[in-house]
Amino acid sequence: MIASLPAGTYRGQMETGSAKSAFWRGAYGALPFVIVVGPFGLLFGVVASEAGLDLLAVMSFSVLVIAGAAQFTALQLMLDQAPTLIVILTALAVNLRTAMYSAAITPHLGAASLRVRALAAYLMVDQTFAASLAEYERKPQMTLPEKVAFFFGSAAPVVPVWYGATLAGALLGQGIPPEYALDFAVPITFLALIAPMLKTFAHVSAAAVSIVAALAFAWMPYNSGLLVAATLAMMVGAEIERRPR
Amino acid sequence: MLDPMTTWIVIAALAVGTYVIRFSFLGLIGDRALPEWVLRHLRYTPVAVMPALVTPLVLFPDATGGAPDLARLLAAGATIAAGILTRSVFVAILAGGGTLYLMLWALGG
Repeated sequence: MIASLPAGTYRGQMETGSAKSAFWRGAYGALPFVIVVGPFGLLFGVVASEAGLDLLAVMSFSVLVIAGAAQFTALQLMLDQAPTLIVILTALAVNLRTAMYSAAITPHLGAASLRVRALAAYLMVDQTFAASLAEYERKPQMTLPEKVAFFFGSAAPVVPVWYGATLAGALLGQGIPPEYALDFAVPITFLALIAPMLKTFAHVSAAAVSIVAALAFAWMPYNSGLLVAATLAMMVGAEIERRPR
Repeated sequence: MLDPMTTWIVIAALAVGTYVIRFSFLGLIGDRALPEWVLRHLRYTPVAVMPALVTPLVLFPDATGGAPDLARLLAAGATIAAGILTRSVFVAILAGGGTLYLMLWALGG
């Protein structure tokens, strides 16, 4: 049966078929993340439009920056009247973790074409990274096309929901009056992101140093105490991890 | 209200900056391994930056003119507790939001 097929046909169909199924497995694997991404996007849309951003600016944030925590950080610091450079640096610092994602995924996707890698970089968010790396580690025999397909598959439910939820939030936000205490939506969102990360003593120590140092250096001009606190906390976390206990 | 010019500068800079960070290793550095000490520091960026950002917002909320507010403190506590116990961002947000509205209603804030 196989021998009777023209050379190459069977192989080609196999690869397309397995890549297609990898795409759908990726989409299915990332589906649960929609529960987080949807409300998070909605909240950003609401809070950003409450802050006075127009629809185009709100959507540009979610489509071009596509990084929830960094977007909330930038928004909050702009509301605090922090200098623009501090706003940018702090928001980028929040997103530095994606450099780690980029490094960790390179052994798997590094051999793909530049176009594929350029698109994958845009879609490198917490959810696509987590879903894909777990799959690659579970199935080391995956081929490059399968890995690429799985990665894009994992983005398929997450990214459109992020855009759509932001849009819905932005449209909704224009009608929500201030007595609903949405001022506290940003702190609650940040705390909700941080708390599940407090997995080890090193993480808890880093967070504790971050809090104490933020208060201790609050006197520094232009919100720069924040960056000092973050640097100190990062060093403490890394140092505790390095030391054998 | 936010100045539109500043907003667009921030959006443009973050769009480029976040992309460069994500593209960095995948696009440019390729298969070369990152030094372990760099990775070790990167692992702690979220827990290092976000608590520093959120602490003054929790202790001195703008909505009360910077005075500590019981309803907001309890909501923050509930968010952290739920987040640590359930490891779920979603449940933590629900717990925090629920506590805030309950306390604002109960305390007449």
